[in-house]
Amino acid sequence: MFLGKLTLDAIPWHEPIIMGTGVAVALGGLAMVALLTHFRLRTYLWREWITSVDHKKVGVMYFILGLVMLLRGFADAIMMRAQQAMAVGANPGFLPPHHYDQIFTAHGVIMIFFVATPFILGLMNVVVPLQLGARDVAYPFVNSLGFWLSAFGAVLVMVSMWVGDFAATGWVAYPPLSEMGYSPTTGVDYYIWSLQISGLGTTLAGINFVVTILKMRAPGMDLMKMPVFCWTSLITNILIVAIFPVLTATLAMLSVDRIFDMHFFTNEGGGNAMMYINLIWVWGHPEVYVLVLPAFGVYSEVIATFSRKPLFGYSSMVYATSSIGLLSFLVWLHHFFTMGSGANVNAFFGITTSIISIPTGVKLFNWLFTMFRGRIQLHSCTLWTIGFMVTFAVGGMTGVLLAVPGADFMLHNSLFLVAHFHNVIIGGVVYGCLAGMTFWFPKVFGFTLNEFWGKLAFWFWLIGYWLAFTPLYVLGLMGMTRRMNHYEDLSWQPWLLVALVGAVFVGLGILAILVQLAVSIRDRAQNRDTTGDPWNARSLEWSTASPAPFYNFAHVPTITSLEQHWEDKETGRAWVPPAAYEDIHMPRNTGAGFIISAFAFVLGFAVIWNIWWLAALGLFGMIGTFIARSYDRDTDYWVPAAQVEQIEKARYALMQEARP
Amino acid sequence: MSAAHHDDGSKTTLGFWIYLMSDCLIFASLFATFAVLAGNVVGGPEGRELFDLSYVGWETLLLLVSSATFGFAMLAMEREDRRALRQWLVLTWLLGAGFIAMEVHEFAALIAEGAGPQRSAFLSAYFTLVGTHGLHVTAGLLWLAVMIHQLSVFGIDAMVRRRLACLSLFWHFLDLVWICVFTFVYLRGAV
Repeated sequence: MFLGKLTLDAIPWHEPIIMGTGVAVALGGLAMVALLTHFRLRTYLWREWITSVDHKKVGVMYFILGLVMLLRGFADAIMMRAQQAMAVGANPGFLPPHHYDQIFTAHGVIMIFFVATPFILGLMNVVVPLQLGARDVAYPFVNSLGFWLSAFGAVLVMVSMWVGDFAATGWVAYPPLSEMGYSPTTGVDYYIWSLQISGLGTTLAGINFVVTILKMRAPGMDLMKMPVFCWTSLITNILIVAIFPVLTATLAMLSVDRIFDMHFFTNEGGGNAMMYINLIWVWGHPEVYVLVLPAFGVYSEVIATFSRKPLFGYSSMVYATSSIGLLSFLVWLHHFFTMGSGANVNAFFGITTSIISIPTGVKLFNWLFTMFRGRIQLHSCTLWTIGFMVTFAVGGMTGVLLAVPGADFMLHNSLFLVAHFHNVIIGGVVYGCLAGMTFWFPKVFGFTLNEFWGKLAFWFWLIGYWLAFTPLYVLGLMGMTRRMNHYEDLSWQPWLLVALVGAVFVGLGILAILVQLAVSIRDRAQNRDTTGDPWNARSLEWSTASPAPFYNFAHVPTITSLEQHWEDKETGRAWVPPAAYEDIHMPRNTGAGFIISAFAFVLGFAVIWNIWWLAALGLFGMIGTFIARSYDRDTDYWVPAAQVEQIEKARYALMQEARP
Repeated sequence: MSAAHHDDGSKTTLGFWIYLMSDCLIFASLFATFAVLAGNVVGGPEGRELFDLSYVGWETLLLLVSSATFGFAMLAMEREDRRALRQWLVLTWLLGAGFIAMEVHEFAALIAEGAGPQRSAFLSAYFTLVGTHGLHVTAGLLWLAVMIHQLSVFGIDAMVRRRLACLSLFWHFLDLVWICVFTFVYLRGAV
């Protein structure tokens, strides 16, 4: 009773792959702690990072979370590809079905919630306040809290590997399979609680950024003078606020079904599983636009900068983004045309789905026209953008194909679908995040990333994507369904071998990124950006130093143009030191976000294993820390003008050397 | 005060409004699910047999009056009348606690007569929807208690003012949600 359902049997001793990983992670963790202790970095880590409310550092931590989880998600992917490459006929492959099912579930959950979402939130954290001319986000503490909730949600997913199991239901955990009757282990509970905790973090981030963008723009920056990345972020965050509560409610209902034996989505007791499927896709479809819109924003910034031209069709970009946001709520039923809602309903959702390709097409043409007669520089950011345009266009077309209910009846749940959504998520979201990382890296760290390894990463990813997923389109048309642990049709195997090779290429792409980071850090002295504007770019963030000082701008600029920094450069107003410096008001660091999230982790873990006393402790810890924080009146401080002046003078001196 | 000042009250209020709208969507999901499942009584009791409208009427009255007393509290805050503010907040707390007590009692009675949330999809949806509202009110009571204490520690300063303004929004919001609960769950179920 004391430990609820938790016993030593919960640890999968007999699974060599899992235990081996466990040993590696434990040793790695110990080595990390030892190194931190040896170099006396633990206090530094706590003071400068864990408790930080600086939006740039929070952004970097989101990115690190995304990269770490990308390795886990990719490990899942390569295991699935290897399994399917061999598991034909008499060969059962190396993954038993129950383990394989957990892997494809974890892969989807991790890649969407703990890779793509942290990347997007990381980019927005780093870029949005700088582009707006703000010194921080609207609620710096909530920002830190939101990040740590996401991080502890990820920890919960990782823990499920060694204590108990993970859901074996697929990444949206459809009932009745995800109900207690068919999934009696704690796997689905891990799924629910990791998403509840990280989902709360994402909702908080969404509220924070909507207010930041609406309320903290520099004077003179009306909405139509806001950089496109901020526009896409605004729409994304509005979507986050509108959909994550639906996810929370839906998972809560599944959760009470499982814990209290209720009947929302069960087969018996009058439950209705289709209600869950409707609700989860009311969240799930807009979620893909949450991920891809900021990536569209990145491409817009990159392509204008490296074509040396203003973005073509700024206002049409804004309207296209907004209408995608609106339309994203009108298409959820296309995920289950086979529900049997009738020809008219299916036709409605098929048409709305196809309509989304219109604003998306507008965007694509805008990017092309931006490049048209531009002075294009084939920087790795540009390569990602061009690679995206080619890849994403195909993904969009297969999407429109799937939007036709008749075709969908044949293709749903096939590998054609799997190929389609990887086509848009990798080609759209991942390429965008990697382009964004390269583009804004110097703004955070003060030096540019290595171009050779960056370009190599791009080619590996591009070739890898096409090799890995084109065969899946073919296999889908040949009738292979998704999530198969084993198959009998020998003619599928060659295609799956090609797909495995593709996955290896993607793995090399990931490796190239890690090498790129290592090499760039090693060579940082040669690649320093002392100008603050390494790409000769156009928007406000490039007017301040690289790395941007913790207060972002010594003097909050007044905005008169859509491309303020470019305009300033043209008219000679850029990089002119202000006549006088002022005191700057900044938020203090706080550990409350980390502590509350740690308690949330305890709460989640305890509920998963029905350890009720520990759950109560976690809940009281969360609430208690929050209340204690509300008594702290010393949450801000003033940076004296003299200190600002000292920092800025040093910066202008460096810049004089670079730009005499 | 510079443009990037962090204690600008308008940001907090806007953010809180947006939070309320997101919370509203949690309720919307629960209402939609209730609407879908309300008929699925699977041979168990229906709303007509379970709901005592006059009991729920008194419950409703408690909550509605507590919204009014919160309104008076805010008026007292505008007048900088700390004593009256405190009294109105305490009265609001008592009314809210009375509401929760009545709800807990109602739930306990339903479970005792075999109409618990496990009985049917209708009852699962009913308990979850009404219970979620009850949890919100309970959170509001905790917040209210903290604010009554902060009022005595800090007085009516800018931060207490702002937090009470948010709490008042929250309280009225829960009142509105309850009116929907009363209408769509109890009235519709009882006729």
